[in-house]
Amino acid sequence: MHPILFIVFLPLIAAIVAGLFGRWIGKTAAKTVTTGALFIGAFLSWLIFLQFISNNAQAEVVPVLTWIHSGTLNVDWALRVDSLTAVMLVVVTTVSSLVHLYSWGYMEEDPSQPRFFAYLSLFSFAMLMLVTADSLVQMFFGWEGVGLASYLLIGFWYHKPSANAAALKAFIVNRVGDFGFSLGIFGTFLVFGTVSIPAILHAAPGMAGSTIGFAGMRVDTMTLLCLLLFVGAMGKSAQLPLHTWLPDAMEGPTPVSALIHAATMVTAGVFMVCRLSPMFEASPTAMHTVTWVGAITCFFAATVGCAQNDIKRVIAYSTCSQLGYMFFAAGVGAYGTAMFHLFTHAFFKALLFLGAGSVIHAMHHEQDMRYYGDLRKEIPITFWVMLIGTLAITGVGLDIGTGIGFAGFWSKDAIIEDSWASGTVSGTIAFWLGVIVAMMTSFYSWRLIFMTFFGKPRWAASEHIQHALHGDREDPSEEHGDSAHDAHAVEVGSGGYHPHESPLTMLVPICLLAVGAILAGQLFHTIFVDPERAPAFWRGSVAFIRELQEAAEHSALWVKLSPAIAMLLGLWIAWNNYVRNPEVPAAFVKTFPGIYKFVSNKWYFDELYDVIFVKPALWLGRLFWHGGDEGTIDRFGPHGAAYAVGLGNRITARFQSGYLYSYALVMLLGLIGAASWAIWWAR
Amino acid sequence: MIGINSYLFVGAVLFTIGVLGIFLNRRNVILMLMAIELILLAVNINLVAFSAFLGDLTGQVLAMFVLTVAAAEAAIGLAILVIFFRRRGSIAVDDVNRMHG
Repeated sequence: MHPILFIVFLPLIAAIVAGLFGRWIGKTAAKTVTTGALFIGAFLSWLIFLQFISNNAQAEVVPVLTWIHSGTLNVDWALRVDSLTAVMLVVVTTVSSLVHLYSWGYMEEDPSQPRFFAYLSLFSFAMLMLVTADSLVQMFFGWEGVGLASYLLIGFWYHKPSANAAALKAFIVNRVGDFGFSLGIFGTFLVFGTVSIPAILHAAPGMAGSTIGFAGMRVDTMTLLCLLLFVGAMGKSAQLPLHTWLPDAMEGPTPVSALIHAATMVTAGVFMVCRLSPMFEASPTAMHTVTWVGAITCFFAATVGCAQNDIKRVIAYSTCSQLGYMFFAAGVGAYGTAMFHLFTHAFFKALLFLGAGSVIHAMHHEQDMRYYGDLRKEIPITFWVMLIGTLAITGVGLDIGTGIGFAGFWSKDAIIEDSWASGTVSGTIAFWLGVIVAMMTSFYSWRLIFMTFFGKPRWAASEHIQHALHGDREDPSEEHGDSAHDAHAVEVGSGGYHPHESPLTMLVPICLLAVGAILAGQLFHTIFVDPERAPAFWRGSVAFIRELQEAAEHSALWVKLSPAIAMLLGLWIAWNNYVRNPEVPAAFVKTFPGIYKFVSNKWYFDELYDVIFVKPALWLGRLFWHGGDEGTIDRFGPHGAAYAVGLGNRITARFQSGYLYSYALVMLLGLIGAASWAIWWAR
Repeated sequence: MIGINSYLFVGAVLFTIGVLGIFLNRRNVILMLMAIELILLAVNINLVAFSAFLGDLTGQVLAMFVLTVAAAEAAIGLAILVIFFRRRGSIAVDDVNRMHG
């Protein structure tokens, strides 16, 4: 038995056990089964990954079952294990197992924990199917599976209308992307006659320059296919203009945000582009599009992230922005670098989300950073790991000798250098946007830290904290004095509330991720991006352009230093605005109200879509509902028939007067009529 | 010898009186029963007349049957009427419309 079978199918079995039998085996057993399955998977994944690093493993395909054999369409369930899959296996199983463990603490008081853990494991299974897919159809299976799990988990607290709306939004926006993806799969089958990924990638370079009829035009085959597939990637990875679902997805429990909407599922689009990189290499137009979309999303999301107050939304837009980095890295041809950033990002973004979850847990489910402040003394471990996460995402490091730095330092700087080294127009613009975004990343990340952990406590004004104080009556003596006083001075003050550090089941996963956030770049950058060693690691599982990496290595000093300078600048602005002089942000908003409103309203994308898509769709739906269904089918169908019967009954009931003489008259008239007919006409 | 037309005329007159008695009478159910008896009598006269003129005894046998049935019908009708009167305190035709729809 190949270990990959255990890695992929243990979560499925655990999900079935926890989901269908959780009621009988109890919540502890359900939690143990699912978490245990993922930890076994994580252990085996690291073994596979280390084998690939040490060049002891060969890419192979493990067959599972036959699936579809119909004419020329042959699809089998098969698990593909190569370097790219190994990277994704490590990311998925590691983050998933740690999130499972974290959820023991975070979901402690939730009444339906078996369901939650079953969904988490189901998601892990679908994601593993996606990353091990050997054919596009199997990838689509995993793709839809993670979409389903995402929908279920965003709407996990189904009693909240906002959570249901967010779940629906995620599902529907992803349908747009999936429509493109499925068209891409159909087109690929049409062109190549197969959906097997190795066969497609083998044949792809030969198709460069050919044309195909699409929507009445002749278009370049590879460009069309790649763009259709990329639409799917845009939906799943929340790229402009299909990004709107990701911030709303934060309605789900925080562990879900960490696992699905930061570390794994949203990176599926990047993974897909990398997996199909030889296809994208065959179409320069598609590559430029990927670069543009990635760079613009990267910039857009960062600007929005700067003006959000909800701690999870800041990190959500940060995710969106970092995904933009990955896409433009892939767009300029640096697939190894894109995967590298995916790898490091999974650690530090999961860390930031779980850390934010720990803060939210401590602050009694208050998510608004305006009600935080001065938490570093109350929850020191969370503070330190969040600090590590921030150092990692902002890319702190020193370029001395072989370099030393946090995870983001290696991957983000590599992306920025690669985009400069690509030398194309889109690459150069991506470079400048990347540098600007590095500054904004630094700004919003440090803003989060400063607003949450520094300054004066502003907890008293929070409804959640007030509710905690008055609802739970934890500390009655203090409560009376302080809260009565703070009712008038709500600006600052703790309100007598004492945040509590999270339990060990939450701190252990965060600390392990913090280790990853520190070391993931340092340890693995050579095998991911080094022009000498990386090709031996990737071994063709992604297209690796050695010249690009070499050019990036030898790019000018100012190119290499620019992200670090941008990072320091962002840090200084954040420190100046939120620590040294907290009045600056308000003054800025007063000076430039237009910019602030535009950015804090997310560039009005939601409002725009509301006008363009949602309102007309609702109008059309109402038209069909009231006009078509109720007004036509029901009116003349069931309701009409019922009305006609009632009317007929009322009319005939009037004949039944109850008076004998009128009955007799009718009988007589009938008799006369019948007799007349018999005598005169029917002789 | 009285011709058959006379008999048939008497029968028709009786029948007409009976039918009108049913329709025009709004007061008394007993009158209605009597009108029905009149109609039956008219039929009987027709039957006997035809029987005598055609020399076929079947018509007279049938008339005997009709008389029997009419007697039974009158008995049952009157019995119903008595009970009805006890319950409702009236046998006016206009009051007897509880079976309306």
